[in-house]
Amino acid sequence: MAGLAKARPAGGVAPERPPTARQLFGALPRRRPSGPPGTLLALRTPLPGRIRTLLVLASVAVPLLVWLVLGASGAVEPRFLPAPGAVWTAGVEMARSGELVTDAWATVRRILYGYGLGVAVAVPLGVAMGSFTAARSALEPVSGLLRYLPAAAFTPLLLIWLGIGESPKIALIFIGTVFFNMLMVADAVRQVPLELVNVSYTLGARRGEVLGKVILPYALPGIVDAVRVNFAAAWGLVVVAELVNSQEGLGKRILLAQRFTQTDKIFAILVVIGLIGVTADVALRITRDRIGRWVP
Amino acid sequence: MTGLLELVGVGREFPRRGRAVPALTDIDLRIARTSFVCVVGASGSGKSTLLSLVAGLDRPSSGEILLDGNPVLGPGPDRGLVLQSGAVYPWRTVERNVAFGLELLRIDRAERARRVAWYLEETGLTALRSALPKQLSGGQRQRVAIARALACEPDVLLLDEPFGALDVQTKEDMQLFIRRVWRDTGTTVLMVTHDVEEAVFLGQRVVVLASDPGRIAADITLELPEERELAIKRTPEFLELRARVEDLVRTFHQHAG
Repeated sequence: MAGLAKARPAGGVAPERPPTARQLFGALPRRRPSGPPGTLLALRTPLPGRIRTLLVLASVAVPLLVWLVLGASGAVEPRFLPAPGAVWTAGVEMARSGELVTDAWATVRRILYGYGLGVAVAVPLGVAMGSFTAARSALEPVSGLLRYLPAAAFTPLLLIWLGIGESPKIALIFIGTVFFNMLMVADAVRQVPLELVNVSYTLGARRGEVLGKVILPYALPGIVDAVRVNFAAAWGLVVVAELVNSQEGLGKRILLAQRFTQTDKIFAILVVIGLIGVTADVALRITRDRIGRWVP
Repeated sequence: MTGLLELVGVGREFPRRGRAVPALTDIDLRIARTSFVCVVGASGSGKSTLLSLVAGLDRPSSGEILLDGNPVLGPGPDRGLVLQSGAVYPWRTVERNVAFGLELLRIDRAERARRVAWYLEETGLTALRSALPKQLSGGQRQRVAIARALACEPDVLLLDEPFGALDVQTKEDMQLFIRRVWRDTGTTVLMVTHDVEEAVFLGQRVVVLASDPGRIAADITLELPEERELAIKRTPEFLELRARVEDLVRTFHQHAG
């Protein structure tokens, strides 16, 4: 109240005012405005559909074209870089003999076991870590540390522990992904706003009901996303696992092809590995988008 | 009228840098059944702390809180809570948000549907029953939160700055809305707000909290007609009450800034 009275003097005499900020400081230099950017360079602006399609096509077509030209010109020896045509032929040949399907299935099966087991362990533990401070204190330091041990370095140990069958390969995928999944699932669970949990209690929910009817549904899209991202790591590990000791599998096939310098075969297998990986990624992405339709 | 909710010598301290700093001290408050009480105070006066104590989400350091004579020991559907953010379930449709509390009870489907339909109609959400929260405006989302709390038949509806994030026009719509819902449902409302005009327009009683530590500075029963239109805000009686409460809030807000 006193402050207000001082600002409005009653008499006619204007009091000595202190200088304004403008009078106190010199004028700031003004920068030339940056001007409107072109569509391609505008930050985070949607592009017209046609330009987008063009860019997507180019990202596939240009490397392919370079490859074609390099192969056709003979600038690089085919022993190092086989022509696309040769790769295609090698791929078709492997598919026809049936070894491609056998190898691909052997690899995919290892992923299903190893990664599936990893997810089955990581999701409950991650949810516990994200929900209970006790679980977080107990598990986070360990998993945070183990995550940084390179899984591939475990291969010799696993061979000693588990022999040379399928188990060391499955175990490698498990070890290489389970800690990442745990931490990422826990993060997704921690995104659940505390207000939502508290309000649920005032609506009569008990602890278990809050977990099952509030925390899990809220975190589910994030959990599926974590599983999708780490799937890429599992896919990388399975090939490493097969390089060491196995009878079949895409990684094993690459190793065999290398022994006979069949680069065309190696390329064909790499293409198959890429295609299977992308397909799985797209499938998980679609799943996530369906589950997370409500996400704003 | 009988006292429904009673706070007896309630205090709450929070530890800060090794010391216990009081957020609320000596709160004595008695709220009658079916009344509408507003709590105003500057930020830092412990308004929200008061509400979470009544909700049972927090425990008082001293004193006790009684609902119908029974001590409040934890959160429950007898004290519905609506927050400024609404905190609706984003994956549930409007209808299933309202049904949440009822789904936890053992009542049959038809009964649940009947109740949900009534509250949807009462809150003007029937047409939006299948919409997801992301498709709603801020005001509509608050209606969902209010309907969801009311569907559990709370003895007291606790409102924590429920219209604080809304634009002025929507806010006034919501003020008329909550007055109507209060009368139609026959519930008791305890609302916290920093908006004095809102408190005077809505409440039968306004409790002013002083800051640092939060304590009751004044408890004013408003002599305004029960039927209130927005136009009442321009009448001299209203303006005078509002000025009186505003002066109180300002006087007891020493630690400005």
